Amino acid sequence: MSSEIDQFVQKEYEHGFVTEIDTDTIPPGLNEDVIRVISQKKNEPEFLLKWRLKAYKHWLAMAEPDWAKLNIEPIPYDSISYYSAPKSNKDGPKSLDEVDPKLLETYEKLGIPLHERAALAGVAVDAVFDSVSVATTFKDKLSKVGVVFCPFSEAVQTHPELIQKYLGSVVPTTDNFFAALNSAVFSDGSFVYIPKGVRCPMELSTYFRINALNTGQFERTLIIADEASTVSYLEGCTAPMRDENQLHAAVVELVALDDASIKYSTVQNWYPGDENGVGGIYNFVTKRGDCLGDRARISWTQVETGSAITWKYPSCILRGDHSVGEFYSVALTNNYQQADTGTKMIHLGKNTRSTILSKGISAGHASNAYRGLVKIAASADNARNYTQCDSMLLGDQCGAHTFPYIEVKNASATLEHEATTSRISEDQLFYCMQRGLSEEDAVSMIVNGFCKEVFAELPMEFAVEAGKLLAVSLEGAVG
Amino acid sequence: MKLGSYWLLVLKVRLDDGFKLYQKVQVLMLEIKNLHVEVDGKKILKGIDMHVRAGEVHAIMGPNGSGKSTLSHVLSGRPGYEITQGSVVYKGKDLLAMSTEEKACEGVFLAFQYPVEIPGVNNAYFLRESLNAIRRHRQQPEVDAMDFMALMKEKLEIIAIKKDLMRRGVNEGFSGGEKKRNEIFQMAMLEPYLAILDETDSGLDIDALKAVAHGVNQLRQPDRSMIMVTHYQRLLDYIIPDVVHVLADGKIQLSGDKDLAKELESRGYDWVSAA
Repeated sequence: MSSEIDQFVQKEYEHGFVTEIDTDTIPPGLNEDVIRVISQKKNEPEFLLKWRLKAYKHWLAMAEPDWAKLNIEPIPYDSISYYSAPKSNKDGPKSLDEVDPKLLETYEKLGIPLHERAALAGVAVDAVFDSVSVATTFKDKLSKVGVVFCPFSEAVQTHPELIQKYLGSVVPTTDNFFAALNSAVFSDGSFVYIPKGVRCPMELSTYFRINALNTGQFERTLIIADEASTVSYLEGCTAPMRDENQLHAAVVELVALDDASIKYSTVQNWYPGDENGVGGIYNFVTKRGDCLGDRARISWTQVETGSAITWKYPSCILRGDHSVGEFYSVALTNNYQQADTGTKMIHLGKNTRSTILSKGISAGHASNAYRGLVKIAASADNARNYTQCDSMLLGDQCGAHTFPYIEVKNASATLEHEATTSRISEDQLFYCMQRGLSEEDAVSMIVNGFCKEVFAELPMEFAVEAGKLLAVSLEGAVG
Repeated sequence: MKLGSYWLLVLKVRLDDGFKLYQKVQVLMLEIKNLHVEVDGKKILKGIDMHVRAGEVHAIMGPNGSGKSTLSHVLSGRPGYEITQGSVVYKGKDLLAMSTEEKACEGVFLAFQYPVEIPGVNNAYFLRESLNAIRRHRQQPEVDAMDFMALMKEKLEIIAIKKDLMRRGVNEGFSGGEKKRNEIFQMAMLEPYLAILDETDSGLDIDALKAVAHGVNQLRQPDRSMIMVTHYQRLLDYIIPDVVHVLADGKIQLSGDKDLAKELESRGYDWVSAA
């Protein structure tokens, strides 16, 4: 417990350091040639280049979405560099020994268990440094049961048939502005395939990290769970301190076939900007899962404490009969952070069920919006949804908003929606402080209690980290 | 009278004298001098004087709006009160200069009239964080999970509170009686030097009242003082105070022993105001 409390008193953004390393960066700007260069650098097959170029053409005709409750400074797409890779990667490291020690040091600072400690923790890490995966562990152990867990660019070479079949099948290139941009320029990400009937023997984990100055990160993740397979995937994000805003537009696609189950957990702690709202990551992410098969199950759990702006709606398409979608979310905004986040549950199959549990916490001058869509199609007999949205406010300068959209086209559906807004009361604070707790510890304890049901959905080691993150993110929110 | 009885009587008188003398030199736990307190410009306390020695139990009685709760809140550090005059010395230190959590860490405990609920925060976890905050303040080693469980088991027996309540959120969904019992349980765990019991009897039926009183009596000891704030005399049937004060109109109007409470019960508070 004492170490946790020690964490609470740390004042600076913990992961605010920059690794000095030579990078192989394409000059800023975007045009067809840049996309060709990216594709060529990655030695991609022709179909992928065509796919990228198609997405780019769509993107040119699209406008940035403006429906979210966010104030976004204009993003200068022409001054972003769309590819950045550590130079030492040119030949590709074959083992951890070949990885630049500085990179390893960076992971060390982030506390990522990359080598033997990871084995003890039962975690395989596909560490993405800027745009290229530099080290993947436990691939051998996983490959024994047929699980593929590798950088996306590697999967393009080794499993092009899976990529061609599923890439863009859940999030089409035309889906939205940022998804189109990602489709055109994505550099790397993770690829997971779990074969039929296999229960993945360990939690799969990826740490993403934005490092190079003025580099947008466009990672692309694709997870395919074949029939009756099970996988739990963890994603953690941190970024170093910067004065300027950085763009992060990722796309994650999940595909669950008959009886398959995917659990996707995120702890997002991108740099949120300073206390005056200067700098910070623009986190514009499209995450969607397709319960393609009957009795498939997709569960999203997210703890969002970082980023200057978060725009993110991890969603489930419940296509298979009896399929299940879940969304558990904690979104915390402090200072001048903005979040517009939620989910979409699209019920298409019969007897499909979905659960939404969202906890939003606002402090400082922050704005926090839940936006969710529950759609019951005419084909979805006996669909059920339960939604609970709770907001907590700290102080009187922040805002919380809830925008639930419900579309029902089948009369047999059952939907429940509950929403609460609360404030940490003076009485609660006095009670805790009368028992010897400092105001900061009291607030952190009350907020953690508020989020408990969501944390319960996280894998153990993440739950602890999430609790610490909330405490660190709330520093300065009181007193 | 047989000679033996006579000597026993002499011995008793000597012992009583000795005990009284001992009480006089007993350590002063709390000394309130001419305390004036305002809330939003309104004078609530208008010159309180009070001495509480170590080991004593004081009862403060008074009609509604007399300032009883204000006094317990000021002593325990609730924000929102303006102290315009006077001093409070606790164990030789200036109590009014301490922050709320410092007061708690120095051993001032308030058993709340209305214990608040903190949803999702496990009761046992809350108590352990609390106990360790206090121990850190006193530069004592923190209690680990195993020792804490053992300590909790020991105290659970004294207070007779349902063990499964410890696994629930702090006061979350507790009955009125369970909340009050939980306050006394927390007091047993945190071992304060000065415990202030704010209307601990309110909302309790007679069985719950007896159970809570039993718990409080178990916690009486020579180095711990208690101040019981109550509207009714009935609590004092079960927790016998050393001193009874009657607070009315922001001042202590009368002080006496436990019989004062009885007299008050039969004659009503108007009698004091008239006096």
